[in-house]
Amino acid sequence: MHAKPKLAVWKFASCDGCQLSLLDCEDELLAVAAEIEIANFPEASRAVVRGPYDLSLVEGSITTPHDAERIHQVRRASKRLVTIGACATAGGIQALRNFKDAREFISIVYATPDYIHTLNKSTPISDHVFVDFELQGCPINKTQLIEVISAFLNNRKPNTPPHSVCIECKRRNNVCVMVARGTPCLGPVTHAGCDALCPSYHRGCYGCFGPMESPNTRALSTQFAKMGVQDMELVRLFRGINAYAEPFRKESEAHEK
Amino acid sequence: MKNRTIKVEYLARVEGEGALFVKLKGDEVVDVKLKIFEPPRFFEAFLRGRHFSEVPDITARICGICPIAYQMSSIHAIENAFGVKVEGALRALRRLIYCGEWIESHVLHVAMLHAPDFLGYADALQMAKDHPEIVQLALRLKKAGNAIVALLGGREIHPVNVRVGGFYRVPTRRELAPLLEQLKTARDEAATLVRFVGGLEFPDFERDYEFVALRHESEYPFNEGRLVSNQGLDIDISQYDAHFVEEHVEHSNALQSTLKARGAYFVGPLARYNLNFDKLSPLAKSAASAAGLTHTCNNPFKSIIVRAVETLYAFDEAIRIIENYEMPERAAIDLEPQSATGYGCTEAPRGICFHRYKFDEQGLVADAKIVPPTSQNQQTIEQDLRAFVPAHIALDQNELTWRCEQAVRNYDPCISCATHFLRLEIERE
Repeated sequence: MHAKPKLAVWKFASCDGCQLSLLDCEDELLAVAAEIEIANFPEASRAVVRGPYDLSLVEGSITTPHDAERIHQVRRASKRLVTIGACATAGGIQALRNFKDAREFISIVYATPDYIHTLNKSTPISDHVFVDFELQGCPINKTQLIEVISAFLNNRKPNTPPHSVCIECKRRNNVCVMVARGTPCLGPVTHAGCDALCPSYHRGCYGCFGPMESPNTRALSTQFAKMGVQDMELVRLFRGINAYAEPFRKESEAHEK
Repeated sequence: MKNRTIKVEYLARVEGEGALFVKLKGDEVVDVKLKIFEPPRFFEAFLRGRHFSEVPDITARICGICPIAYQMSSIHAIENAFGVKVEGALRALRRLIYCGEWIESHVLHVAMLHAPDFLGYADALQMAKDHPEIVQLALRLKKAGNAIVALLGGREIHPVNVRVGGFYRVPTRRELAPLLEQLKTARDEAATLVRFVGGLEFPDFERDYEFVALRHESEYPFNEGRLVSNQGLDIDISQYDAHFVEEHVEHSNALQSTLKARGAYFVGPLARYNLNFDKLSPLAKSAASAAGLTHTCNNPFKSIIVRAVETLYAFDEAIRIIENYEMPERAAIDLEPQSATGYGCTEAPRGICFHRYKFDEQGLVADAKIVPPTSQNQQTIEQDLRAFVPAHIALDQNELTWRCEQAVRNYDPCISCATHFLRLEIERE
């Protein structure tokens, strides 16, 4: 009998929502645990099994000198490394600091800034180490998470379509919120995976799954401008959960001032 | 005189990154540090300049386990600033989605994070080998809580449907109806969970705490109420800053909050229960008494029973809300931004979550202050360890370390929230 593959879950700067997605798989959790050894998952267990690990899931972005070192240790201990969520993949909401002076941020929040050791920028894992696969979303989609774990443990490519939220909207027979209601929507440039959630609830997509493959952000901005969206609003739209993902970052910077 | 150190470098089965450090000189505890090394994320700083309508989507990201708490506190603060009060069915739906969050968060903590401590397992998956029926039951309960949040909010984590003024889209009676059967079955199973945790063995440990919670005239508190304590505090939430103060200590990336007059205080399920027992539903009250609780409880280890009781209450309340629901004509009420300051305080699963925002005339955030439950409990947790360790000094190092971790987990500390917390080190020199 072969030993079960070892799974590790690592946390960097984040809200814990993406690793919680694994515990939220109420119907699949015990089945998954029967097939793999959960070897390092502090949020779920006190027990730690030594590496190397067959698959590491990494949540959160790099924001401290210590974490910038730690991610290299995680990479060395992992045969495959998959990032889960917008923080690990694009720097997360905390990457909003990247557009400002981080020292000023510290002084706003903390009375004694000298106690705080933080980097000026919040960066994705791929800026530091080689990443085998990035699963987008804030939070990730738990069905996609099961697919990615299954794919990696079976040596195949995960089936997570790279198209835009628009395709998911059409599949759900949603009426387009931009055409019918004049609501600004990032759906045309945003990676699928949420099943067009926001338009289904009558609101515009705010880009929580990050940029799709080759997004035409310029065309979307032109359309927004025609709809009367001011530059300041446009900057805020692109500068959200995935602000530091390159296509969104460049588009927001192009409309700043 | 023998000196010992108890260290836990990375506290497991809590949300976020923290460590514990306890230093003993003989039988005396000379230092306790609940270290919060979760990196700071600066939410209060980058909320500045954002439009009020974007705030709930941003504050949700403070915590993946209790996003509703952050959405609700920020929304109530914004509505307070703009002079709007949401009533009727929209208000009831807000209570309903909060029921969902309490259920999924409490059940996660009771069954998967805390119960393994009482039964001697490293985690719920190991516990499932010997107690499959209770773990499977818990997963069904958690799923039912998540079903409420997913239906009303779009998804379990970082819901999209909550907005200032109400919701983006409200459900029809027909959409809510299928939940009822699942919730009624789950309510019966929640009663089983209360009996199960009531039968655990509890350390004989009580302290004289100052409990702080919201209190509403007619309801067990979720979104609204006055801030009260068992030692005489009774204030409007807008007076929060006059009574509470946050301090920055070197060993923690989370600020520590205390009462200006009296110091450490205790928020969360135990505080709510002690201050609002009379407002629980009859079913929740009888389950509490069957599990051995009276109307007050000063043993933090028994918070696991109180969480189970609150879970049962949340099912009861959710069923009541759905049965009485009439779909409102509009999903949200309009509001006009103005230059103003607003206050919001709601009962997150772990305790009061206070928000204060100042807006300019365009509705952009000029200043934000967010005080999560864990930063308010930090000093109480450290004081618990100071009192707990000397009484259990005879335990061997591993056992004492585990007991200290358990004492910390009584609070279900949410470290990610607290830094917008935890590793255990016990040092015996």
